[in-house]
Amino acid sequence: MTGSDPVHNDPGNSDSANGDPGKSETFFADLTGVGTRVRTALLTPTLALVTALLIGGVVIAVTDVDTLRLWGDDPGEAFSETIGNVTGAYEALFVGAFGSGQALSETLFAATPLILAGLAVAMGFQAGLFNIGVEGQMLIGGMTALYVGITVDLPGPVLIPLVLMGAIIGGGVWAGFAGWLRANSGAHEVITTIMLNFIAGFLVQWLLKTSMFQDPGRTDPISKPLDPAARLGRIFGGDYRVTIGLLIALAAAGFMGWLMYRTTIGFQFRTVGANADAAKYAGMNVTVLTVGVMATSGALAGLAGANQLMALPPHQAQVGFSGGIGFDAIALALVGRSRPAGVIWAGLLFGALTAGGREMQGAERIPVDLVEVIQGLIIVFIAAPALIKAIWRVKADADDQSERITTGWST
Amino acid sequence: MAPTPDPRELGEMIRATPEQRRARILGLVELAMAMFVLFIFALGEGSDADATFKLALPSDRFQPLDWTVNPQIVGIAAATVLAVLAGVQLTKGFGTRANMILGGAMVLFVFAFLAWAAAGQSFSLIGMLTSTVVLSVPVTLGGLAGLMCERVAVINIGIEGQLLTSAFVGTIVGSTWGSWPAVLAAALAGALLGWVLAVLSIKYVVDQIVVGVAINIFALGLTSFLSGRILSENPQFNSVDRFRTVGIPWLEDIPVLGNLFFKQNLFLYGTILLVVVIHFALFHTRWGLRSRAVGEHPKAADTVGIDVLRVRYRNVILGGAIAGFGGAALTLGSTGRFEENMTAGVGFIGLAAMIFGRWRPLGVLGAALVFGFARAMQQKLGILGTNIPSEFLSMAPYIVTIVVVAGLIGHARPPAADGQPYIRD
Repeated sequence: MTGSDPVHNDPGNSDSANGDPGKSETFFADLTGVGTRVRTALLTPTLALVTALLIGGVVIAVTDVDTLRLWGDDPGEAFSETIGNVTGAYEALFVGAFGSGQALSETLFAATPLILAGLAVAMGFQAGLFNIGVEGQMLIGGMTALYVGITVDLPGPVLIPLVLMGAIIGGGVWAGFAGWLRANSGAHEVITTIMLNFIAGFLVQWLLKTSMFQDPGRTDPISKPLDPAARLGRIFGGDYRVTIGLLIALAAAGFMGWLMYRTTIGFQFRTVGANADAAKYAGMNVTVLTVGVMATSGALAGLAGANQLMALPPHQAQVGFSGGIGFDAIALALVGRSRPAGVIWAGLLFGALTAGGREMQGAERIPVDLVEVIQGLIIVFIAAPALIKAIWRVKADADDQSERITTGWST
Repeated sequence: MAPTPDPRELGEMIRATPEQRRARILGLVELAMAMFVLFIFALGEGSDADATFKLALPSDRFQPLDWTVNPQIVGIAAATVLAVLAGVQLTKGFGTRANMILGGAMVLFVFAFLAWAAAGQSFSLIGMLTSTVVLSVPVTLGGLAGLMCERVAVINIGIEGQLLTSAFVGTIVGSTWGSWPAVLAAALAGALLGWVLAVLSIKYVVDQIVVGVAINIFALGLTSFLSGRILSENPQFNSVDRFRTVGIPWLEDIPVLGNLFFKQNLFLYGTILLVVVIHFALFHTRWGLRSRAVGEHPKAADTVGIDVLRVRYRNVILGGAIAGFGGAALTLGSTGRFEENMTAGVGFIGLAAMIFGRWRPLGVLGAALVFGFARAMQQKLGILGTNIPSEFLSMAPYIVTIVVVAGLIGHARPPAADGQPYIRD
């Protein structure tokens, strides 16, 4: 378009003030994405969040029908009313996320499945695969976990690992199928995983009406409650809902970091993601690796689904118990730059948005869907660093070139 | 072939090529269909009672058009034909006609299934076929929107969000200013999101699939938010006058076809017009040649003086407008009101229709009719009371999509530069 296209900056004129070239290739840098370019790693997400919140504020303001009517009569009053509404909404958001011990616990509680699901998407991104099917993998993984939880009768310390294993297998197989299709027929995972989401949704709806799963006292599709022994304990006990699921999520992030950056398999996964042809000519089995990546990703998603039943009262599966987390996870993985530690931070951020969004809906009657709007905006701004920097008139960096995360239909 | 192949080459020759493997799979699929038809549909319980298919609606001029068949006879005949097809496919193979044969086999299978499901009852086949056409309208428009973008090498995953947003805008405008402004507003809303996709993917070179996903999340969040904040408290904004059915004189009285194609509303006529116009434009005009050049080999197009980025902008925005028309069809053409997440995957199925239709407008229409049929069957079979759980019928369109995309129908080739940003150097 114009000559000032921000994407095509000369790489030579920036990238000097910040970053220490000496300690770039450390484990810490790999794990966090923070190292050589601390400024970039933190600046873009921060600007993206702030911008998304500002636009969200505008959305709140222009959709306030009562106040809009006031503009004709008394613009001054209407203005202060509007400002009051927006600040009130965001105050509720903040209080609901960080305002008390209870709020912090809710943030961590909401962050737990988000981190697991975010790791699932991030895992795919690192290997060049776009797993939009986390939602369906959560459902299937959750159901297989539930199946173990209601059929096996063992004490908690033995049962919980078994239930988690059920989630890993269910989610892994469901996603592995999409990987297998991709590797064997070239069916793009974006299409197949979306379709598998719908199929999983209907499958769960049907399963919840079978005698195997349905709560005997009910006629609607809802499962039997999970065995109390299979429920995850609360870390701080009592009223604080955050469970040891959070520790499982953190452990999963650690596992992913180890797998991707400390093992040969992880190197192969990332090589396939960077250049599948090169991986093939280097003698790697792209088919097996593609299935492997998708299965690992699905296993993480399955854990997120199991967490919805093992941590969230009433510990029963209902239609759509995955609660849209699988889609939030896409934004989350992008914000976290597909790095395990980044995903943890992004998970905490989105957990705060979720917990705060509920408070906002309860106290200020702002529909919680606003959080989705904000997340959609965050994806765009994170994926287009040049755009967000152009908005804020920040000098662009050389690495603002948006990276290609996915692959087209043809491969 | 070499006269004296060495052992390794021989091994390569014995091992089946992908085409041979596919032919074998097709044969086995057809064989399985034959067995299924024979044992479940032909010899199953109650299949000796006649099924009556109604081919005329109560309001039609020519009355009644009933077609009575015996499920047992239909089943045995269909199974025999399927078995013969499977046998030929497995031994000789149909070569390039394998897809056509598979399509025919599927039609036979579905017909035997319908006869079995309707055994002892009368079933409005015309009702189901009319639903098929109606349900395929938004899918076709979604597929055309995708086609407009991908022919110039921009992947549009955001069709779903474009449909949803324009359905919402169409509802609000339609409730306030009437139905015709609503169609225009919906198309503009779609075009606006097309422009967003264009700017982000062309100017800012953002990963196209990521932009599309962001558009979908944003659209779902925004429309749900607005629906909760505005529509639920002001129901007067959520009630539009639907476009009425307008019959085309003479043609509407043709049995069966009249009901399907000549007694419909604006959106079906518009869709057919768009399919024909885009087909003609794409393959017979300068615009089409340029668009295809940009999608296949942008560098060559640039070299001969075509403004690659401008062509991309224009087509992606036009594609958004077509999706917007599709969004209007969802509310102004059928339900008359907006509901949260009312698209429920139509945009993605449109995308699959585009792939299934091999990036050709007529192919998109044909594929959309297949998906429409799967949806219509799911809706109408409930009436017949088969013992298949409705959830499994609901899955059908999505399973069909996977099968289609997985290339059981054959491998389709997208535009060569599809998904790749163009940067002049």
